[in-house]
Formats: sequence, C-alpha cells, structure tokens
Amino acid sequence: MIRVTTDSFDPGAEAKAFQAVHTEAGAMVSFTGIVRSRPDDPISALILECYPELAENELSAIRDQAITRFSLIDAAIIHRHGRLIPGQTIMMVLTLAPHRQAAFDGAQFLMDYLKTGAPFWKQEETAAGLRWVDARPEDDDARARWAR
Amino acid sequence: MKVLYFAWLRERLNRPSDEVSLPPEVVTLADLVTWLRTRDEVLDHAMENPAIFKLSRDARIVPWDTPIDGAREIAILPPMTGG
Repeated sequence: MIRVTTDSFDPGAEAKAFQAVHTEAGAMVSFTGIVRSRPDDPISALILECYPELAENELSAIRDQAITRFSLIDAAIIHRHGRLIPGQTIMMVLTLAPHRQAAFDGAQFLMDYLKTGAPFWKQEETAAGLRWVDARPEDDDARARWAR
Repeated sequence: MKVLYFAWLRERLNRPSDEVSLPPEVVTLADLVTWLRTRDEVLDHAMENPAIFKLSRDARIVPWDTPIDGAREIAILPPMTGG
C-alpha cells in the first residue's frame, strides 16, 4: 500500500491493520518519521512540498523493488505533505516478512531510497522565516550502499 | 507541453510551471533543459550545477537522454529531501 496524503494518520492503527491481514508473517518492522524541533535551533513547522503523481509512481516502484529483493510478504509507505508541526508524524514505512532480518533490511532499504528518490522537499518555518532543508550527502551514501 | 518546477527552483522562478511549444531541435530532456536555459536567465543561473537535478517525464523519473517525443509533462526536480 502506498499513500501520499495531506491527512494525519495514526501509526499504531496503521501497523495493526497492516499486520492483521497476513497471518503467515513472523516479523513486522515499522518506522515512523516525526517532525523534530531542536532546542538549539527550534522550528515552528515543517512544510513539505510534493509532486503527488510522481511520488505515488516512485514509491510504488521502490516498494515493488523491496518486496522482490528481500522476499517480503508485504510493504507499505505512507507519506504526508503540507504543513506539519513538531511531534507530528511525517511518514511511515512498514514491512512484513517470515523472519526479522528481511523485515529490518526491507524497511532500511525503503527509508534509504525514499529519502533521496521520492519527490518531497522540506522547508522549515522558523522565527527568522522559511528556509529550504538542504539535501544531505550522507543520505546519498545511505542509498548508495544498496546499489548492486 | 508543460514544464513543472518544484521547491526552491519554483521559488526562484516565481512560477510553478511553463507551457511551451518545442522547436524541432529539442529531442531529449537534456535538450529541453538547454533550450529552457537559453530562454530564461534566472533558470540558467538556478541550474548552474545541472548534475544535482533529476528530471521526470509524465510523472516518472527518467535519464536526461530520454526522448521527449510525445511527452505531456516534464518536471525539473531539485535534490529531494523526503522521509
């Protein structure tokens, strides 16, 4: 399942529903990304710009790759866009596999890919105004380690 | 054909998109970028380091040398910061 949305969601309820339909799974990994405000550099909001049609296509392709590569039973990605405030959930990745290693690896792969390969752009709202979040070289490095 | 701009590129251009009629010499997406840059100084400066951008053709990320023929919508995508 892929969902690109401006709506908030309940990570616990999503994980429960995702797991419930697959009784053959022995392991589920869920990762939740949260809007963070650092005490030394606070933000009042994170604004995510998105190209929804492309996001759905790219996330679907990444999900299919993860399922094939790690023999996952299922995988899901939920990603929000719009204006979010610190503490709110930005996105969630879920993987289901017979055993834990594939579930962990699949979730890590999905995260590393979608950081740099899905069309979302973060902008931080601070007391001084808005600023675009720079792409981080370490995110490219994280993705590169899955290349083969 | 429509060309979409996102994030800080959209902001620098002060518009989200352009509607363009392509001259015959524009064959690939890379040609399109070159052509757009010659027409717009702001875009030219914003894309000084072209390697950081990805391009999409009809909502699929594709290599720069992809043919443009028949495309409905091209997007120029600055480095992505999702997740």
